[in-house]
Amino acid sequence: MAELLDLTVAAATAKIAAGEISAGEYFEAWRGAAAGDELNAYLWQVEDGNGYEVEDGPLKGIPVAVKDIFCTEGSPTTAGSRILEGYCPPYTATAVRRLDAAGARVLGKTNMDEFAMGSSNENSAYGPVLNPWDRGRVPGGSSGGSAAAVAGGLAPCAIGTDTGGSIRQPASLCGIVGLKPTYGAISRYGMIAFASSLDQCGPLTRDVTDAALMLAALEGRDPCDSTSVGIEGGIVAPSREDLKGLRFGVPSELARDAFDDGVREVFEATLARIEALGGEIAEVSLPSAEHGISAYYVLAPAEASSNLARYDGVRYGMRSERSGDLLEMYENTRAEGFGPEVKRRIMLGTYALSSGYYEAYYGQAQKVRTKIADDFSTAFAKIDFVVTPTSPSVAFGLGEKTDDPLSMYLNDFFTVPMSLAGIPAISIPAGLAEPEGGGPQLPVGFQIAAPAFAEQKLLEAAYALEQAVGFDARPGGVDG
Amino acid sequence: MTGELSGILEHVDRIGKLDLVGVEPTSHVVALENVLRADEPRPSLAPEVALAPAPEPVDGAFRVPSPQADA
Repeated sequence: MAELLDLTVAAATAKIAAGEISAGEYFEAWRGAAAGDELNAYLWQVEDGNGYEVEDGPLKGIPVAVKDIFCTEGSPTTAGSRILEGYCPPYTATAVRRLDAAGARVLGKTNMDEFAMGSSNENSAYGPVLNPWDRGRVPGGSSGGSAAAVAGGLAPCAIGTDTGGSIRQPASLCGIVGLKPTYGAISRYGMIAFASSLDQCGPLTRDVTDAALMLAALEGRDPCDSTSVGIEGGIVAPSREDLKGLRFGVPSELARDAFDDGVREVFEATLARIEALGGEIAEVSLPSAEHGISAYYVLAPAEASSNLARYDGVRYGMRSERSGDLLEMYENTRAEGFGPEVKRRIMLGTYALSSGYYEAYYGQAQKVRTKIADDFSTAFAKIDFVVTPTSPSVAFGLGEKTDDPLSMYLNDFFTVPMSLAGIPAISIPAGLAEPEGGGPQLPVGFQIAAPAFAEQKLLEAAYALEQAVGFDARPGGVDG
Repeated sequence: MTGELSGILEHVDRIGKLDLVGVEPTSHVVALENVLRADEPRPSLAPEVALAPAPEPVDGAFRVPSPQADA
């Protein structure tokens, strides 16, 4: 059993295709593993893996942990919110349908920060997810359940969503690979909206090859999402062995005291590995990136305040039991159904969009977004990739930052600029570091960003670097 | 929550001081042209399926409390 669970997705699909293991046997092994979830990673798990036929395809028989933000017909979809408790959508998200068509199956729905708003998974209405490396620490967020499931040996792979870092940061904190593709690479149809101009689906996997396999199945134009365009030429498994001729830009504005010592050591060691593989390290300027967090925390809440207006106790989800007239029903439903962080962002968003403040906040933030995108365009004329640490620290303690929303937001400092520019970025595990204040070593992620739709090039570079890093540490107690 | 919101707005206010006159705002990052599909009827969700997740579906509609409490 442990041997089955130790296979990467690529290795498992090869064995299933060759008839060495059966898709049913493989799925059942993972169902057993997922049933032992002690991390609160899952909100719902499939009860019977043999209920339907598996499609022949590149992901034949692969169980996937799906963030609970994707609609799945007939099974609960809560987006981590009390307001959608018990909601079973009448249709399935395109991303999940594409995985199905490639032969994969949903293993379960994973826990997340409510409506994907958070960086620690502590904003879930269904309790926090625990980090498999240290159960007293957070797994990151908002795709914390997906990251913990893959890192904790409860799923071979997962999908999540990334609006400002919600795939990359939990991947970093859990020691796995997380890819945010270019905005528009994957359909958002059936993906519950948080900030529509930023939200993007992506894979969380054990290695870069598995991320490529999943992206190949997920990407594509979808008539149901007019902003989806797919990736021209598709995606193939990466095979590059060196980084010769490639230039990696380190932002000169990246103050080395903006992250923990342990993170800095791993980051610098990874830069040295890039050079050893023939890559060149260059300094690059992203002068507007430092304003990313400010712009993001105007734009994302503004879009959220509009998107979340649909939860009114009328068409789906919960309705407050407290009686009253129509207006009181709306108010009571939202007061009871939304958690504090969601309320905070709706208030920020409506404030930023209100008459008299619109230009000063929303208009200005949209202009900062232009400046940040221009910074990247200018940089990519001279270099191939921008590299940063994924997160300023290793996984922090449960409850450590819940009283200070701003310090929680600053976790996204390195990931938000790429989201605002709409470009692809991947986090790969680069090593282990001791947390500030001491304790057992925890994973550190290394972020690589590329120009829009350059996913294949990004995956090739990440693959070559991954082989050189050779990260094979696993949390204690995980088989394999 | 008031104190927290003030702290966040203080941080966000940093961009208010930037000189961005003449910079075009970005609302969408990928260059796209609007296209219209052919206006042909296609299958859609049946009304009872679309109504099923509602808290109070009735006769093909969503029932809500009266806008006036005593009505």
